[in-house]
Parts: sequence; structure tokens; C-alpha cells
Amino acid sequence: MGEFTMKDTIILAIETSCDETAAAIIRNGTEIISNVVASQIESQKRFGGVVPEIASRHHVEQITIVIEEALEKANMQPSDLTAVAVTEGPGLVGALLIGINAAKAFAFVHNLPIIGVHHIAGHIYANALVQPMQFPLLALVVSGGHTELVLMKEHGSFEVIGETRDDAAGEAYDKVARVLNMPYPGGPHIDRLAHEADEAVEFPRAWLEDSYDFSFSGLKSAVINYKHNMDQRGEEINPAHVARGFQESVVEVLTTKTLRAAKEYNVKQVIAAGGVSANKGLRTSLEQVFEQEGIAFTVPPLKLCTDNAAMIGAAASYMYEAGVRGELSMNGVPGKELKSW
Amino acid sequence: MIWLGIETSNAPLSIAVVKDGQVLIEIVQNLKLTHSVTVMPTIQELLEKVNLKPSDIDGIAVSEGPGSYTGLRIGVTVAKTIAWSLKKPVVGVSSLKVLAANAQLFNGIICSLFDARRQNVYAASYTENLSETVIEEQHISIDELLEKLKEMSKPVMFVGLDVAIFKEKIVECLGELAYFAPTSLQLPRASKLIELVQNEPLPSVEEIHSFVPKYHRIAQAEAEWIKEQKRGNQ
Ligand SMILES: Nc1ncnc2c1ncn2[C@@H]1O[C@H](COP(=O)(O)OP(=O)(O)OP(=O)(O)O)[C@@H](O)[C@H]1O
Ligand SMILES: [Mg+2]
Repeated sequence: MGEFTMKDTIILAIETSCDETAAAIIRNGTEIISNVVASQIESQKRFGGVVPEIASRHHVEQITIVIEEALEKANMQPSDLTAVAVTEGPGLVGALLIGINAAKAFAFVHNLPIIGVHHIAGHIYANALVQPMQFPLLALVVSGGHTELVLMKEHGSFEVIGETRDDAAGEAYDKVARVLNMPYPGGPHIDRLAHEADEAVEFPRAWLEDSYDFSFSGLKSAVINYKHNMDQRGEEINPAHVARGFQESVVEVLTTKTLRAAKEYNVKQVIAAGGVSANKGLRTSLEQVFEQEGIAFTVPPLKLCTDNAAMIGAAASYMYEAGVRGELSMNGVPGKELKSW
Repeated sequence: MIWLGIETSNAPLSIAVVKDGQVLIEIVQNLKLTHSVTVMPTIQELLEKVNLKPSDIDGIAVSEGPGSYTGLRIGVTVAKTIAWSLKKPVVGVSSLKVLAANAQLFNGIICSLFDARRQNVYAASYTENLSETVIEEQHISIDELLEKLKEMSKPVMFVGLDVAIFKEKIVECLGELAYFAPTSLQLPRASKLIELVQNEPLPSVEEIHSFVPKYHRIAQAEAEWIKEQKRGNQ
């Protein structure tokens, strides 16, 4: 006793914004002690997408199981924790509410502070689990619901410099996959097919002049029209060629705009985040380009690209250090904006 | 034994703390506030007022449905998470039974109901003191429910905020046999939840994980999917 010891910051993080019920324990914002994800993909596949009511029902079934597993895998007791973090938004409101209410109840019983985290800040901070962030930093967020370029001057400061005007990249992947009769979620299937293809069907690129905004609905329509025309002519389409053509268009636009923004804002580091950053084509393209430019580039390991709670815990660790605390009256914010913590 | 009761099955909110059969404190509100915002602060406030800590709770009773899906999920999620955190049992109680309990002294049939839209209701009916269930809780059209009640040719006391929506129809069908609970009895009370279960055997804490609301209806997307499958199999 009497000896002063630096106490670790240990965060239990919970994420239920869409169709994964997830809990994780993160030490000092950098170390994953446990990371549990209960996916609903098998159930949601039946509907070709996420049905909000079904998602909410599964979350209630899984929530305490997943939290318990995160604690058990970490070999930790609630008394070892510093705070509880939870995704506050954006996301499906009914789904968010399960994680939020479980987090509040748990925090209340164990007398722990609670921290509400922005889901996209979480995706971005998945990278902090790989390597420390260097500012100014440019994040390319490409997920099921978002496609945006986010400029960060320091921890907790987010400026969206460009975003999609219609479909998100992941959404475009999933819709095109459906046209090609592939199961939900289609992103990984298109990625795989694209790599097997020896040829590509040529599809347009939406540059939107000098804007950092994106648009993928034209590309999606081009794929649909292509299939439609082939069908009318009684010709078979080659799904792999379509997948490769589609992916080339997406990757080229994402890479080019990210590079241009990285140079304009003179950033020290570029990161990719969100489910679509699991895409092999995109990862390779970004890695190559930024290596040539001599700009540091990171992308999280595959299992930290799609929804998980480790990333929420990573962001929450920095929020905790910055003194951010939530209230027991915390509510789900389905359209939460990304500005500051 | 200290009980925490949580009732969020519909728009009203009720939280109660009961110790050894005595109500220590209870709140019943009809403010149409979001349960997600109000439930936890209310639980905290009530426990503070009666000088208890969360760890003093020995059991949790929660309204498990039917009702608003989101409302049910908030109550059940809070209840099961507190229960699991404390390793104490959580007990689900029918939200219709809790409501009917408000009029349990009525000598006749007590019918509690919630509006389920398109002339449908969630409803159940009991005899005096809830000693017998004469109509099992179900999702049913108001006309069918009234027919069933009419056949019993007994006085019926209707309980619930949504009864007002169907008042004309009820009177038309049941006439003199229809009674309506006074407004003070139309809001569910969390202390009643506890009263209904406190003398029953307690479920084990192993059952907490699998505790979910009783929605009484499968999700629409799932119903359509099942229909598709059947069509596909023909
Ligand atoms: N290898 C891949 N290639 C392309 N897309 C992929 C790949 N792996 C996953 N995806 C896509 O990522 C998306 C899921 O990502 P994520 O879980 O981050 O999205 P979300 O949480 O639904 O949306 P948001 O984070 O915007 O709320 C899906 O659209 C999926 O198809
Ligand atoms: Mg996501």
C-alpha cells in the first residue's frame, strides 16, 4: 500500500447498431482482451437484408450472453472495469436501444461511468488498435450505411469533407450481389468473384468533378441495365466479369479521391475503415498508392472492419481520457452526426 | 426480500420497489416519454429515495408482453441485464394480467386490452381475483373478443387506456353488462407485477439469458418468409 500505481483503463464495450450483437474488453485503448460477435447473418439472409424488427429481437436474445462471454474470455470481473461504452448511433433505433439499455443497466448495477460512442468513430478507431494515429489524418469510411472522407486534426475531431450523395459503397455491393443472385451480404462474394475473373465488363465511374463526394447509384443502375440488356438478347452474363468491372469502378473512384484529399490536406496518415475496407481489391489499391506517395496507410485486420465492439471500446478509451461521460438517460440516436466526441 | 418491478409494455411507465410484501415506493406515469430515456434514471431515483443500493435487490419482476415491441424490449433488456449482473432471478408477468389486477375486486369478468390497430386488440379475461383465466391472452379482433364475452352473459369490467377507443362498440355489444374501470385504474402498476409473482416459486438465474418478451406475434417479415417457403414447397 501507499505505492502509487498507474491504473489501466479497462473498457467493456457493447455494440448493437445493426445485425451483430457484440461485446469486447479493451485495455488502454490499444489492447483487445476479448472480442465477441454474435452475428445474425444466418437469420437475416432469409430476407436478403437486415429486417429491423428481427434484428432487435435477436439482440434481446443475445445481449447478456455476449457480455458474459466477453468478461469470461477476458477472465475479468465487473470490478476490474473502468467504464462501460456503447454505440449511441447512428444505426437502427430499435437495435441501438438494446445495447444502450443493457449498458446502462450494467453500468448502474456496478456503479461504472457510461460512454456513448459514435458508430463511425468506432469504425475509424479500429485503426488505433493496429497502430497509434498520427494527425492530421484522413479516414476513408466505407461501410453498409456510409461512404465518407473524414479529416481528423486531433483525437475526437471529425470533419466530413466528402460523402455519398446516394448509396453507400457497401449498399451498392449488396444490391449488385442481389442482381447477380448472391446471398446477403454480397460484398465478400463480389470481392472473391472479382479476383477470379480474367476479364472485366466496363462500367462508368462517377467523379462528380472536384467534389470529394461519392455516388454509386449510377454504377448500380449500369450493372442492372447491363444484365437486363443481356437477358433481353438471351445472352448469359458472366457474373465474375460483372463483379470485376463493378469492383474496379468502385475501387478506382475511392482510391483516386482519397489520394487527392490526402495530398490537399497534407495528412500524415490515411486509414480505411468500415465493412468495405475488408475488400481485397480496395486494400491492395490503397496500400500501393500510399506507399508510392510515402504517406502512412493503415487498415484494420478483416474482423475489425465489419461491426464489432472492440472498435467501440477503442474510441471510448480516448473519450474516457478526454473526460467524456454519458448519463443514465442516454437514448439511441439513429441519425447521430459525426463532429466531435 | 426486495423486489424491483418494471412496467414499460405500453406508453405508461411504472417502477416499484417492494420489500417483504410492502410497497416502499412506486411511480406510475402517463407522459408518453421514451422509456429508453426514463427507465434507468427512474430506477436510480426510486432506489435512492428508499436508501437502497442496486445490490440490495433480490428479484426483478417485469411486464413481458404483449404490448409495444420496443417498450417490451426496453423493460426486458433492463430487467434481464440487472438480474444477470446481480445473479438474481427475473420473473416475467403478463402485461394484460397486471392491468386486469387493477380491477381484481370486480365481481364478474375482468377484461384487459391494448389496441393492436386495424380493429384488433391484445386481450385477456379473468374472473374475480384473477383466480381463473376465461379468455387466454391473445391477438384478436375486437368483434370476436366481444362475441366471446357476450356468450358468457356476465358483467364485464374493461380495463386499460385503450378501452376508450372501443367504448361505443363495447356498449353496443354488451349493453348493461359492460362496466368501465375509473381512470385511476387504467394505468398498469409495477407493484401489482410484484404482487402477482412474489409468492410463486422463483425461476433459476440460469434462465436469465433466454428470457425474452412475449410478443404474441412473429415479425411480419418472418410471417411472409414462412408463407413463401410453404408456397415454394407446394
Ligand atoms: N470483402 C468485402 N468487399 C466489399 N464489401 C464488403 C466486404 N466485406 C464486407 N463488405 C460489406 O460491408 C458492409 C458491412 O459493413 P459494416 O458492418 O461496417 O456496415 P454497417 O455496420 O451495416 O453500416 P454502418 O457502419 O454504415 O452503419 C456490407 O455491405 C458488406 O457487403
Ligand atoms: Mg458498421
